[in-house]
Amino acid sequence: MALSLIALTFALAIALGLLSRRGKRMDLEQWTIGRRGFGVVLVFLLMAGEIYTTFTFLGASGYAYGRGAPAFYILAYGALAYILAYWLLPPVWRYAKEHHLITQADFFAHRFSSRELGIAVGLIGVLAMLPYLALQLKGLGLIVEVASGGAVGATTAILIGTAGLVVYVIASGIRASAWTAVVKDGLILIVAIFLGIYLPWQAYGGIEPMFRELTATHPDLFTLHLPQGTLWFMSTVLISALGFWMWPHAFAYTFSARNENAFRKNAMVLPLYQLFMLFIFFVGFAALGLVPDLAEPDLALLAATAATLPDWVLGIVGGAGVLAALVPGSLLLIVIATLLAKNGLALAPAFAGERRITLAARILVVPIAIAAGAFAVFGSSGIVGLLLLGYSYITQLFPGLVLSFAARRSISTAGVFAGLACGVALVSVLAFTHHHIVALLPFLPDELTGLNDGIAALVVNIIVLFAVSAVTQRKRA
Amino acid sequence: MKLLRVALASLPFLALIPGVLFANRIEPFVLGLPFLFFWVIAWTVATSLIMAIVYKLDPHTHEPDED
Repeated sequence: MALSLIALTFALAIALGLLSRRGKRMDLEQWTIGRRGFGVVLVFLLMAGEIYTTFTFLGASGYAYGRGAPAFYILAYGALAYILAYWLLPPVWRYAKEHHLITQADFFAHRFSSRELGIAVGLIGVLAMLPYLALQLKGLGLIVEVASGGAVGATTAILIGTAGLVVYVIASGIRASAWTAVVKDGLILIVAIFLGIYLPWQAYGGIEPMFRELTATHPDLFTLHLPQGTLWFMSTVLISALGFWMWPHAFAYTFSARNENAFRKNAMVLPLYQLFMLFIFFVGFAALGLVPDLAEPDLALLAATAATLPDWVLGIVGGAGVLAALVPGSLLLIVIATLLAKNGLALAPAFAGERRITLAARILVVPIAIAAGAFAVFGSSGIVGLLLLGYSYITQLFPGLVLSFAARRSISTAGVFAGLACGVALVSVLAFTHHHIVALLPFLPDELTGLNDGIAALVVNIIVLFAVSAVTQRKRA
Repeated sequence: MKLLRVALASLPFLALIPGVLFANRIEPFVLGLPFLFFWVIAWTVATSLIMAIVYKLDPHTHEPDED
């Protein structure tokens, strides 16, 4: 029953995707950025669609279940990111519109007059987006696995989810993502509010009694303490807020806007809109009483639902989860494919011409989805861990972007290149050796143990950027 | 005027560090929530209100907009 409802939700999403493309010629600009024709409402849906994804639905509830107070960082970084949007997105949008740019790599290549920098930015974008796409697929896999009562294994479930996402993306484009986001956000808000009230009541008799009892049984749950103390909280909020608009798909929906006021209006409303996330935290906390000792914390929401509610409710919750993965997952897949086709393959003569690039982008969807699926199957990180790795990479683009507007004359292309290379290299070393910056550089004080790796890399990035810029500009003078 | 808008928009950033250091405790419960949880929610609502004021003060937002 639950699995049938989930399959029905997916079929409806495909139908909506096909409906949204009626009467639209699906060239690259339409498929990727909707011909820069989206008004305030569609831009709101794309920006808000970023709030309620698998990361929030399963990851935030799982993080609240497994870690407690550190999960509050998810609420804080969103609010700061919308303040940045107010000031940052209008000039980016104006510049892109004036120069007819389609991808983030186009933006950097044009702004710094360097095709090579565009390619490097495109590669960093793809590198950062793969774990982000993998977490959507991991979420899809968890939903199918739980809804089938364990009959479908995790790997098979991820493969089914990957195939479903590919079908959805090839059938539609960014316009479908925006319209599916309407259904997705509506369904997720209903599910989150219902579960956020029902599950605490079921487990503890209400929200306040839940917090009172959990405070008694888990005294450390609602405060920050090492290794995820206040320094971890601040630095993780900062890396996520600075990186929020650096994602290549964030550039895609920035470019899709019809005018720049859409960003300013949304910057007011979105911090309040994300408060619905509180109900998802409540679900994670309630699950501590309903399904204690889960080996996989990301299962908290689904396991608590399966334990207390009938199968058809699990089907609706799973359907909401499928949409939460499909909308951002499709946007990520479209943008990765476009980046690789337009800023990679298009440099080869065989791929010259708009039609060939469009076709190449659509074909690339399949291998990219397979790579992300493999990441989801073989990666050992939880959902939040996957996103934080992606953020550590993508935030390395922040200094180059901001300084290209604020201090273009004092930075050089070589400086941006060198800063990016050092930042990305340091994130990779820390991620793949599983060492913290303090372990890598023993002369640093132990108090920095909680510092987010991405922030450490960002500091190195900025120092190198200015040092190399100073040297190269002096040579030129 | 632009300086005032930038100063207002900086407030949530500036309030976050001392705020979290101060609020990193369970008691007192406010509206049935542990204090740190309540503080993060209150700070988020305040951020939205500040951005509404910034929007009202911004001359760009009074220009007519050009599915």
